[in-house]
Amino acid sequence: MKRISSLQELEKTRQEILGRIDPEKPYVTITSGTSARAYGSEKVIDTLRKELKKQGLTGKIDIRITGGQGFDEREPLVIVSPQDILYQQVKPTDIADIVSETLLGNKVIDRLLYKDAETGETVLHKTDIPFYKAQSPYIFGNNSKIDPTSLDDYIAIGGYSALAKVLREISPEEVVDIIKKSGLRGRGGGGFPTGRKWESCRNAPGKKHYVICNADEGDPGAYMDRGLLEGNPHSVIEGMMIGAYAIGSDEGYVYVRYEYPLASENVENAIEQLRQCGLLGKNILGTDFNFNIKVSRGGGAFICGESTALMASLEGKAGEPRAKHIHTVESGLWDQPTNLNNVETWANVPLIINKGVEWYTSIGTEGSKGTKIFSLVGKVKNTGLVEVPMGITIREVVYDIGGGISGNGKLKAIQTGGPSGGAIPASLIDMPIDYDRLSEAGSMMGSGGMIVMDDKTCMVDIAKYFMNFLKDESCGKCTTCREGTRRMYEVLNAITEGNGKDGDIELLEELSWIVAEGSLCALGQTAPNPVLSTIRYFRDEYEAHIKEKRCPAGVCKALITYSIDEENCTGCGVCKNVCPVDAITGKKKELHTIDPDTCIRCGACMAACNFDAVKVV
Amino acid sequence: MSLKGIDQILKKFEYRESAIIAILQEVQEKQNYLPEKDLEHISEKLPIPLTRIYRIASFYNAFSLKPRGKHIISVCLGTACHVRGAPMVLDRLKLELGIDVGEMTEDGLFSLETVNCLGACAMGPIVVFGKEYHGQMTPAKVESAIKKYKKTSKE
Amino acid sequence: MIKFTIDGVEVEAEEGQNVLQVALDNGFDIPHLCYHEALEPYGACRLCQVEITRGNRTRLTTSCNYPVFEGIKVQTRTDKVIRARKMVIELLLARSPNVPVIKELAEEYSVGTPRFSLDNDDCILCGLCERVCREVVGVEAITFLGRGSSRKVGPPLEINPQTCIACGACAYVCPTNCIKVEENENERTIVRWGRTLPMKKCKVCGRSFAPWFQLDYFGKITEGIPKDFWDKCPDCR
Repeated sequence: MKRISSLQELEKTRQEILGRIDPEKPYVTITSGTSARAYGSEKVIDTLRKELKKQGLTGKIDIRITGGQGFDEREPLVIVSPQDILYQQVKPTDIADIVSETLLGNKVIDRLLYKDAETGETVLHKTDIPFYKAQSPYIFGNNSKIDPTSLDDYIAIGGYSALAKVLREISPEEVVDIIKKSGLRGRGGGGFPTGRKWESCRNAPGKKHYVICNADEGDPGAYMDRGLLEGNPHSVIEGMMIGAYAIGSDEGYVYVRYEYPLASENVENAIEQLRQCGLLGKNILGTDFNFNIKVSRGGGAFICGESTALMASLEGKAGEPRAKHIHTVESGLWDQPTNLNNVETWANVPLIINKGVEWYTSIGTEGSKGTKIFSLVGKVKNTGLVEVPMGITIREVVYDIGGGISGNGKLKAIQTGGPSGGAIPASLIDMPIDYDRLSEAGSMMGSGGMIVMDDKTCMVDIAKYFMNFLKDESCGKCTTCREGTRRMYEVLNAITEGNGKDGDIELLEELSWIVAEGSLCALGQTAPNPVLSTIRYFRDEYEAHIKEKRCPAGVCKALITYSIDEENCTGCGVCKNVCPVDAITGKKKELHTIDPDTCIRCGACMAACNFDAVKVV
Repeated sequence: MSLKGIDQILKKFEYRESAIIAILQEVQEKQNYLPEKDLEHISEKLPIPLTRIYRIASFYNAFSLKPRGKHIISVCLGTACHVRGAPMVLDRLKLELGIDVGEMTEDGLFSLETVNCLGACAMGPIVVFGKEYHGQMTPAKVESAIKKYKKTSKE
Repeated sequence: MIKFTIDGVEVEAEEGQNVLQVALDNGFDIPHLCYHEALEPYGACRLCQVEITRGNRTRLTTSCNYPVFEGIKVQTRTDKVIRARKMVIELLLARSPNVPVIKELAEEYSVGTPRFSLDNDDCILCGLCERVCREVVGVEAITFLGRGSSRKVGPPLEINPQTCIACGACAYVCPTNCIKVEENENERTIVRWGRTLPMKKCKVCGRSFAPWFQLDYFGKITEGIPKDFWDKCPDCR
């Protein structure tokens, strides 16, 4: 990549790259982010390369490898262009057919197409698939257009034109003003107005100002940032550069969670490419804007998603938060003014600069502008990353995009905000999704995890799950969080084991009060949310556990028994074979029985039975 | 790890104390844990007080101060995986391997660990054997998955 | 001078001071366990929480690390403050039911038997030992290990901290007295850390006065002191 040392050179390079693209040339796009790789996409790519070579097509048909494109559970996705045919769940064994039938024969392979679960109809094009149709992928949509390891690809779709525009004709103060007017709020969970943060940081006195990208995405079940960093790292970097220019910073860090090696690699790679061509370093694009970025990896600690803990970690210390009487925008990394924003927040910045405030504010609600990327996971049919405008209802996300509940359960709740959030019951399904509405309902936007739960999910068990997570992820510094989360877990555990007592709910509420009021940082301050929201909406479940020693959802092991239904059992013996503790007895063709004392409630028999004869009571 | 190897890593990070987390990650990479001798050497050469190294090594999940099995089996306990039945998969693994979380099998082959979310929720519940992701795990699939991995890991 | 009020009473402070210290200097009784004048405030025990009004916001916040600002209103005994104090004491009492200072606090604030299962930890993780060792003594012999509910204080590998000079500062600042120091003519042991050091005897009066290792350390970090200074005990110098 040759050097790009001026604004004109950037445009020239862009035109050259576009000029090299042959619009007629066929190409195949294959998704290969972490999800796709887990499904074997690398082997699919390899097989395709070999098959093209075998058919003498190398060079005649291009292969574009992208990051994730959202519909994770159908990956690897293979999209044949220019016909724009999408094939899902492609295996290496499908490649020969794809090459001979579709690439050479121009025929469609039915079995590889997306099929509507109800009508059985197949869909050819990505944008006709319900999962994609109802989305507004202004940010995430670019993942499908580029190879994340190619700077050329990013420039071809307009990359770094927002930075160029800013450097050419907008002053730093005006940039701050634009972001303020856009109404952009932090996408990491706090929802703090980004423009105001930038302004405070810019105005804070200090020899050096830092910008940080918080990619420590720790909420279990949320992986939007991974999708963005793996699939389009340049969009995040461009946002950081615009922010750095606005704030007066010349040094930035991307702090990537330890569990995201591919994201880390792709960002490092992108930074290296930028250094090589001069888009990072001194006098960027021929202006007096200097900027450098480094990637720093986390060590595996949820608390490092909290800004002061993250900064401590960057400094090489344990991730212990500090009191925020003095904000990090005034005194943060190395005690200097520091602006920290989430990955998705940064990715919104080039979009706002390119499309303008008027366009951006036309999307979303009064208090929540723009789009949000969610990870729609759990008991939902279409699992993956979705980008929707703020204000869309939960119903639209879960049903129109998500396809409804997987299996034969009924929607019970959706959980947002991770361990800091809460459960929204199915009765509130027509609620528009935005920062304020979610908070009012006892949850919060959080980073974007949206976990769908059905009637087989026990809400007391969910509260216990989150408390278990929090007590181990707490840094342990302050008494209230450390002791409080542990005690809350103990009470919840006792309830799920049939040892709940009258007054336990009130005790949980009291503990919630002191943990929320007395804790040093946001981890502790929001830790009670999952418990409080499940008590608010599912109190009857708590009471069933406590008063009747019963788990309505059939989850809490100590309160359920697995038994075999006399009517449905055919005596086939399959359950007996799979039982790991030999708890099932029975003669062939006769009713089998499970010994409740030996049974460890592992569910293997239920999963194996073909006659629906194993029941949970 | 050889002391020379450690010195190379320290040099790569320009002997910066603030890079200690990355340094420890690289030192641990090939040996699956952080031996006392290695940490003493880092303390001497970086230099950094030994207590600070132990503070960090015991704080972050990424590090292990005890030897771990040749292959690490990680069960994802993220919320989405939890809702899809990950705890039952974990229980089955404990039963089949005969060890608890954080322990190693007697033959030193496997260590069982949990992780709080891998960000691959579409395939949940997930168990990672070494670097292989196994999705849609159920208790019933555990036995054969272990057998298969035992076989491929010996090859 | 910065002027503000505590429980309605006007007080004066210098810039950079924290609210707790000013309150204590002015005779207000705010309980605290992890605060020490000579060390950086840490904010771990949460006992020193009070309600502070600044501008139009009132919050429950720790006073040990809250900087003094002009015109703030500090309230040390509102219902909210007392409720918070009682719950923090209850949590500490459940963790450490046999520690005298915790039992005293429980008595003072009428906190009865905790509603949780009782542990028997003699350490409340206030961190004073770790901070005095690092900030004042400078040998950084002990640290926080682990995280969350398994957090504890100790030396690397949990025994025999190699840089510990057995000065006993940790034992001196510990509010629960869980760090015991044992000494005889020949050695001094900081029991909790498993650190035993042989004692040096004074060349003049013959009594053992400090560990060899400690004197070596002081010798290394000081300049211009004659070697035989370290051969005599403080009384004979």
